[in-house]
Formats: sequence, C-alpha cells, structure tokens
Amino acid sequence: MDQRTIFLTILGMAAVTYLPRLLPTWLLSSRELPRWLVLWLRHVPVAVLAAMLFPAIMTQHGRLHLGLDNVFLLASIPTVLVAWRTRSLFGSVITGIIVVALARLVLPL
Amino acid sequence: MTSSPEAVVRSPWVSGLIKATPIVLGYIPIGLTFGVLAQKAGLSTFNTLMMSLLVYAGSSQLVAAGLFAAGAPTASIILTTFVVNLRHLLLSAAIAPFLKRWGKGELAAFAYQLTDETFALHAAEFPAGVPSKTEVFAINATAQASWLVGTALGAGLGQVIAEVEPFGLDYVLPALFIALIVLQIEKRTQIGVALLTGALSVVLLVLGVEQWHVIIATVIGATLGVFLDLWTNAPSS
Repeated sequence: MDQRTIFLTILGMAAVTYLPRLLPTWLLSSRELPRWLVLWLRHVPVAVLAAMLFPAIMTQHGRLHLGLDNVFLLASIPTVLVAWRTRSLFGSVITGIIVVALARLVLPL
Repeated sequence: MTSSPEAVVRSPWVSGLIKATPIVLGYIPIGLTFGVLAQKAGLSTFNTLMMSLLVYAGSSQLVAAGLFAAGAPTASIILTTFVVNLRHLLLSAAIAPFLKRWGKGELAAFAYQLTDETFALHAAEFPAGVPSKTEVFAINATAQASWLVGTALGAGLGQVIAEVEPFGLDYVLPALFIALIVLQIEKRTQIGVALLTGALSVVLLVLGVEQWHVIIATVIGATLGVFLDLWTNAPSS
C-alpha cells in the first residue's frame, strides 16, 4: 500500500473512531439516562476488554490454543497477579513483556 | 516545602498534568510499541504520527498496524477500527450525563480525546464533582501528548531494531487489556462478566464469527452483567 492510500485509510479510521466518541456527548448530555441503561453501561468497559483479551491469549489463527507452549497464556498469570497486587498499569505491562521475552529465550519453542 | 500537597493551590494545568501521570507512564511505552510496529508494517513516519494524532485509540492502532502489515484492504481496516472502537460510544454515553453544562464545541473537543484510560480517570472523579474545564482538558491533552511522544520515539526506534518478538512487544496489548480489566474490577459480578464475555468471544471467533465477535460478545456479556447484578442482590441505588 502506498503512503497516500495509507493516509486516506487513516482519515477513514479517524472518522469512524470520532463519531462514536462524539455523538453520545451531544445527544445524551441534556437528558437523564434510564436506570437499566446506566446499569448496562457500567459493565461495558470490562466486557469489551475481556472480549478483545481472551481471543488474543487463547487462540491462534482462529483456533483454540491452550497448550503449555502458549507463551501469551503463561505470561497472563504473572500479569494478572501484578495488576491485582500493585494496581499499576505500567508495572503490569512491563511484567508481561519481560515474561514473554524470557520465555521465548528459555523455552524450546 | 513543609505544606502538605493539599494545601498548595495549584493551577488547573499543573493539577491536570499530575493527575495524568499514571496515563503518561502507560502511554509512552505503548505508544513506542505502536511506533515500532507501524514502522515494521510499512507506514511512513508521517503516517505513523498522523494515526496517533487523528485516530488516537491505542488498541485499534495496534490492531491496524497488524492489518497494514498483513496487507489487508482499506475497507477491512476501517471496518475493524470501527468495531474495535465502537466501545467509545458506551464510554461516551456513560460520561455524558456529567457534562450537561458544557457547550457543543467543548464536548466535541472532550470527545476527541476520550480513551479507555482518560475515561477511567474521569469516571472515578466526576461523580464527586467535575473539576474545572481547564483541568479536564489538561488531563486529556497531557495524555495525548505523551501518546504522540511515545509514537515518535517508537517510529525512530523502529528503524533501528529488526524484530519486536524477542522484546515481547507483541504482548503489550494483551497485557494492557489485563491490567485495565483488573483495575476496573470492584465487585464479584464484574469477574463473572469478564470470564463469560471473554469465553463467549473466543467461542464466536472459533466458530468463524470474525471481526464482529468482540462487539457481539460485549453486548451479550454486559446484558448478562445486569442480570447477575439483579440476581446476586439488589444493586445499591
């Protein structure tokens, strides 16, 4: 893909990203949300993150991948523990990538 | 200085900058990862920076870098970006009720810099009282500035290093998702929502529901969450 096409793709990405960010603030800021919607919205951030996370660490090329040779799945254990104990975004990410890097260095994959 | 931090009257900009520090610490390394991966995917430095300036949505940018590298067509990249970022609709709807007195232009500027992390910060603070607009914008601007700095560093580094796998950089995104989930969990039903939604998303993907598995699993998972709340006990009102 040439850089001009890439730039046009980025403009398209920017548009489809901005509208969902903008519209609720314009349309909803002046009225009360129904209670069931508020309850539902509270669950969305955790749900969407889990929906992106699990396939990333449990599948490969659209198939289940749960073996001991799955470095991402292994690294998720210390990453969860560090996130839970330290509440640090940065510390968790660093722990995760160090474990992945070390596992690739040590394990015969 | 002997006075406690609370006693010091800070300008809203300084205060916003300090509050944004945890986000900055996360955004610089992750922006750096994006910069490296975008370079490897064949994006020019200009386009790499433009994506961080105009799109400014970390996970979708990392996903897009992967799609550009795989030679995916434009329409597919834009559609995937739309689906991955559709969650902002829900974050924006959740934060909107706190900004009733803001003008349309101010809301437009605020929405432009609404990310998972700035949302998490604002959502924790707004119920107790929305800070001054200057402080809110200072937080958001600091966050995006650090994202751009990280991207620029990565774009430079990407021309030096050959592969990202030995550094574990391909795990940054999953690790970030894990940390964001764990940090948001306050009650048991949320753990149930995370596990059920994640499992459902995997099942949908394995069954061949590509691209849409995230949004379908999210809608079903959040709905289950409401029922879990109602079932385990009446939620505090």
